[in-house]
Amino acid sequence: MDKELRIVGFLCNWCSYGGADTAGVGRFVQPTDLRIIRMPCSGRIDPLFVLKTLIGGADGVLVSGCHPRDCHYAEGNYYARRRLEVLKRFLPIIGIDPGRFEYTWVSASEGQRWQHVVTSFTNQIHALGPVQRIGRQSLAKACSLGTVLEPLA
Amino acid sequence: MSLQDELKAQIVKRLPELDVVIGWGQGYDSLHRTPLFITSEADVDKLVFDPLCVHNLSTYLTRYGSAKRIGVVVKGCDSRSVVELLQEKLIHRDKVMVFGLPCEGVADLGKVKRALAAKDLDMGRVRAASFADGDLVVTVSGQEIRLPMAEVQADKCGRCRYHNAVIHDEFAGQPITEAAPDTYADVAAFEEQTLEERMEFWREQMERCVRCYACRNACPLCVCRDYCIGQSREPNWVSQRDGLEEKFFFQMIHATHLAGRCTECGECERACPVDIPLLLLKRKLGKEILELFDYRAGTDPDAKPPLLNFKVQEDTINERGW
Repeated sequence: MDKELRIVGFLCNWCSYGGADTAGVGRFVQPTDLRIIRMPCSGRIDPLFVLKTLIGGADGVLVSGCHPRDCHYAEGNYYARRRLEVLKRFLPIIGIDPGRFEYTWVSASEGQRWQHVVTSFTNQIHALGPVQRIGRQSLAKACSLGTVLEPLA
Repeated sequence: MSLQDELKAQIVKRLPELDVVIGWGQGYDSLHRTPLFITSEADVDKLVFDPLCVHNLSTYLTRYGSAKRIGVVVKGCDSRSVVELLQEKLIHRDKVMVFGLPCEGVADLGKVKRALAAKDLDMGRVRAASFADGDLVVTVSGQEIRLPMAEVQADKCGRCRYHNAVIHDEFAGQPITEAAPDTYADVAAFEEQTLEERMEFWREQMERCVRCYACRNACPLCVCRDYCIGQSREPNWVSQRDGLEEKFFFQMIHATHLAGRCTECGECERACPVDIPLLLLKRKLGKEILELFDYRAGTDPDAKPPLLNFKVQEDTINERGW
């Protein structure tokens, strides 16, 4: 696989984080691009977390929580599902491929499913390549315009 | 009796029960109107209503606390903001009196400025403005220029579904019967560009942003005021750096905090001093929420907002199982 990319995962404490742990304990081989942030519940995930991560330069964001009907707090993931679906559909307008963001459900016992989710999401992000950043390209553009100038001492 | 006189009579009749009535008055030149706060009958004469009354006055409703009884003059689009504020219990129905109006569309002063600039004229030199047969007639540098309203009308008015105030205690004039279907064609047209072009578009637009927060201050639904997370240190979502990322992320905050609430009144875009098309972001969210939940904000004060609600089995969300 080519150069490692940066993928951030927001995982709920009760199911998906446990699922990732199960995958680790079971020694399932997984790509190492993903960095995990543990959240109390998928309902805690503000869509701004995802936007901040993507605008700040992460190449992909994965959100994972308990399966619907299995939320530790009974209904957090139902609210999350609506918010995250709206967010995923919003991304194209700002020039970010909606494939860079996925949300899914993995329970604490599903180590193998976790391995599958991480592997396929990482492949998906590698197919898309590094993310384009709103701030950086203009910096590059400004630098290219400034090539005729002497750099400041 | 003209619409304006009818409205004035209604305000005079109701003023004794109210602490203040918010309407529009003459601004600093003939093309500008400004919010007018009417507290006595003598002020009523200063009231103006014409297609230059662009402001959404419901923005002021949340600034009075719950002790005052406030009257507010609203066009169709503004009335949806009132409904949304009522739905969120940010104002109380018995403390607010709504003077509804029918509206055929308001002028976009940016377009007026460009139309005059195309004729080598300066909008700042306009000495008189009036309306005749669907034209905006302006006197500028000694010439009389007729600008058809169809050309200088705000974009939102061309696709308006709610010409008449959807909520009102008093209604002046005759309701307008026709309504344009809003197909979100502008969003679809924008999305024909590639992802790179779209981001380049925002890069060019946001470069001009000066972070004056006029978009937020004009927004009738941005009610956090001093607690806006766009400016707070804790949490520190946006740093004080003036980079594109910070500027753009502030707009992400504004847009996501309005998801499922925004009535697309276009105040953010109108208030922007550097003409960044901010409404496009909100229209995109509005489009997706309409598609997903068949919901238009600000039409029913008793509706439950879609993002504060759920179904165990969603009809429209296709969970892409992995």
